Amino acid sequence: MKITDISELEKIAREIRIGVIEEVYAGKSGHPGGSLSCVDILTVLYFNQMNIDPQQPNSSSRDRFVLSKGHASPALYSTLSKRGYFDEKELFTFRGIDSILQGHPDMKHIPGVDMSTGSLGQGLSCANGMAMSSKLNKDGVRVYCLLGDGEIEEGQVWEALMSASQYKLDNLCVIVDNNNLQIDGEITEVMNSYPIDEKFRSFGFNVICVDGHNIEELIQSFETAKTVKGKPTAIIAKTVKGKGVSFMENQVGWHGKAPNEEQYNIAMHELKENC
Amino acid sequence: MDINNKIATRQSYGNKIVELGKENENIVVLDADLATATKTELFKKEFPNRFFDMGIAEQDMMSTAAGMASYGKIPYASTFAVFAAGRAYDQIRNSICYPNLNVKICATHAGITVGEDGATHQMLEDISMMRTLPNMTVMSVSDDIETKWAVEAILKINGPVYLRLGRLAVPVIYDENQKFEIGKGIQIGNGNDATVIATGLMVQQAILASDELKQKGINIRVVDMHTIKPIDRELIVKCAKETKRIITIEDHSIIGGLGTAVCEVLAEEYPCKVTRLGMKDTFGKSGKAEKLLEYYRFG
Repeated sequence: MKITDISELEKIAREIRIGVIEEVYAGKSGHPGGSLSCVDILTVLYFNQMNIDPQQPNSSSRDRFVLSKGHASPALYSTLSKRGYFDEKELFTFRGIDSILQGHPDMKHIPGVDMSTGSLGQGLSCANGMAMSSKLNKDGVRVYCLLGDGEIEEGQVWEALMSASQYKLDNLCVIVDNNNLQIDGEITEVMNSYPIDEKFRSFGFNVICVDGHNIEELIQSFETAKTVKGKPTAIIAKTVKGKGVSFMENQVGWHGKAPNEEQYNIAMHELKENC
Repeated sequence: MDINNKIATRQSYGNKIVELGKENENIVVLDADLATATKTELFKKEFPNRFFDMGIAEQDMMSTAAGMASYGKIPYASTFAVFAAGRAYDQIRNSICYPNLNVKICATHAGITVGEDGATHQMLEDISMMRTLPNMTVMSVSDDIETKWAVEAILKINGPVYLRLGRLAVPVIYDENQKFEIGKGIQIGNGNDATVIATGLMVQQAILASDELKQKGINIRVVDMHTIKPIDRELIVKCAKETKRIITIEDHSIIGGLGTAVCEVLAEEYPCKVTRLGMKDTFGKSGKAEKLLEYYRFG
């Protein structure tokens, strides 16, 4: 299933956002801000770009996705459920003791999760390992990895960027969810990771800067990435933390907090109105 | 034991992994700029496409190995024990053990027998840290024959393994007919005066001590505890019952390592006096390995 209609993809993204709010509200816990900022990226990957089959989540020929910023699990779970990996009703069990939907992605129990993540900075190295294996196997698989702009403060990310470049992983595409906020405040105030594009370029990456909420631009960027040989591509996606829920947008306080009933109602109203 | 026939367990590992690489093309080897010391250079020479030098970046190496294991490869990741278990602990915990991925961490240069490089390079806490991790199997091997067996045997475990190897050339204990089993210690001798439970390169030291004591009329037995986790509870309790007195010896801190693991078993199943030999809550120093063992009163 490859959806090419932009308005259809935008509709799916809005439905995935509704799922994010349902999860965090039901679980009374979780990270809505950084989930909402990466929904459009995940929508394009799972509904337009990746070679996957929800009926065969462990197929060896599938493209891989690593959510290195594992706290955006609500976005990944909502996307996977929408794509048909598991029933939507699982979303309402998010973070519960009997749920498969752990606080952070757990590859052992959640169909469609290619790597367990949660401790920031490790996912890109894992994605590199997959891309290196794919090259050994010559199987044509592509590997995608989503990093946070705060996450790249972790030193291991830069080790991994060197490795991806050293091993010429042109089957790897890294996306940075550049929402400009981390728990303690703005990136520039806490630990400035800018200029992200120049840093990635100097580490040997092909760098593409896009509006991370523009479906069309995202598709074009992923298509371009496929044509670049001999080096990995990084898509630096400018995003809005909390995108789609007015009172969450660009608010650092919504990094890791669940809405109360009133806030939930407002959020759902806004998202459904836009559907 | 032939004290003139010496080989370092890291060398045995390097030799064996080449042999296994020929039989199993899923085996890949990663190193962090120490291939000449860990002896993975032998694999690199034979299988350059399946060898990945990750540079001086152990954290990246461990998570990369996890990604490869998720893809069906069987990564053997090597560096010095201090950088494997220490530097990359969180990567081993979260990228490898939590998803129970099939990564074999073969860590060389463990313990004070590293010698001259001194405290920063003498890993004395790795058994302790690695055995607390769920899904992890922890092994610490003594000689050439046992190492070659272990490097192959861990292929049968579909999950993470930490295999502890030494720098120092040590006497070969076993012959080719010796039977090994993961999780089963090897009893050497039948003395009833005491049991010395040893692991890694301390097994040879224990055997030498046992020979010396025999001449003084004291008959002890030695147990080579090559698997620290899961530990051989049955053999520990049997020896405690038969000899009443247990001594443990390890080239490792006495906190959290083999000695502690043995005490845990005996405290629960057959309380008796245990003496733990090893590093006593201190960092090591530079010097010749043999001198250091004397200095820190390992024996």
